[in-house]
Amino acid sequence: MELNEQDRRLIAEIQGGLPLVPDPFEAVGHAVGMSEDEVIQRLQELLDAGIIKRLGVVVRHHELGYQANAMTVWNVPDDQVDAIARRMAATGLVSLCYRRPRRPGWPYNLFCMIHGKTRDEALNKIDTLWYMCGLKDIPYEVLFSTRRFKQRGARYVMARA
Amino acid sequence: MYQLERQLLNDFQRDLPLVKRPFAKIAKKLGVTEAEVLDTLRLLKAEGTISRVGPVFAPNRLGASTLAALAVPGNLLESIARMVSEYPEVNHNYEREHRYNLWFVVTAESPERLREVLDEIEERTGLPVLDLPLVQEYHIDLGFELSWS
Repeated sequence: MELNEQDRRLIAEIQGGLPLVPDPFEAVGHAVGMSEDEVIQRLQELLDAGIIKRLGVVVRHHELGYQANAMTVWNVPDDQVDAIARRMAATGLVSLCYRRPRRPGWPYNLFCMIHGKTRDEALNKIDTLWYMCGLKDIPYEVLFSTRRFKQRGARYVMARA
Repeated sequence: MYQLERQLLNDFQRDLPLVKRPFAKIAKKLGVTEAEVLDTLRLLKAEGTISRVGPVFAPNRLGASTLAALAVPGNLLESIARMVSEYPEVNHNYEREHRYNLWFVVTAESPERLREVLDEIEERTGLPVLDLPLVQEYHIDLGFELSWS
C-alpha cells in the first residue's frame, strides 16, 4: 500500500490519539482536509493493510498495577530462534517477542517482555517459560525496568518546520 | 474500579467502531450514554491509565525504528536520560537493571534520520549506542490482558 501526502497528514494528526469528542473522525477530517467518510474509509484501508495494527483504547499497563516490567533476553542458537520464539509466544506469558541482532558484547538475539504485578510474579512467569519452552541450556538475563523516563506512542511523522 | 471503566479498558483495545459517532455505538453496546463513555475515557486519559484512544501502528511499516541502549555511568544517568528523552523521535525511555542501564526506542521518518539521531546521541554522550533493530516480531499484540481480582 502506497502512502500519499494526505495519509501522512492523517497519520500525523492521529498518532497521538483521536480527539475525545462525539465525532472524532469528522474533527480529524476537518484538521487534514478530508471528509468524515474519507477518514473512516482510509483508516479501514490502513487497518486492512496491516499498517495500523489496532485501533482502540491504548492502556498504559504500568498504571494498572503491572509494576514489574521484565525485558528477558536470550542467547538462542540461530537455527532454533523461530521455533523457540513461537513456543514462547504461544504460552501466553509474554506480551511481546522479538528477534534482534547480536552485537559485540551483546550475545542476546531473542527479546521478550514479561509483566507482573510484582517482581516475583514476573520471575515466576520466566521460570514457567524456561520450563515450558525447553530453555534449559539457553543463557539469558532479566532486565527489570526501574524508572520510566518517557512513554508515549511513536511519532511517525514529524511536524514540518 | 467501576464497571464502565473496566469494560472500556478490556473490550475496546482493538475494536473502536469505525463509524460516525463511534462512542455512541460503544455506549449503546454497554447500555450507557455517549457522554458517559466520553467522560470516562477523558478521565482515564487525564489520570494516565490510558495513553490515548487511537491507532497502534505495526512496527517498521512506517518510518524506521530501533531499540537502543547505553551503558551510562550511574551519576550521569539522570542528565543523559533527560537529554535522550528530549528527542521527539524517542518514544520510550527506561532505566533497566543492567550494565546497559538506559533503554530507549527511536522512531524516525526515515532510516537516514534514525541514523542521525543515534549518531548525535553518541556524539553528545560520548558513549557507544547499542543499536538493536527489529529482525522479526513473533507475538501479535492482542492488547493487554487485564485480570481483575
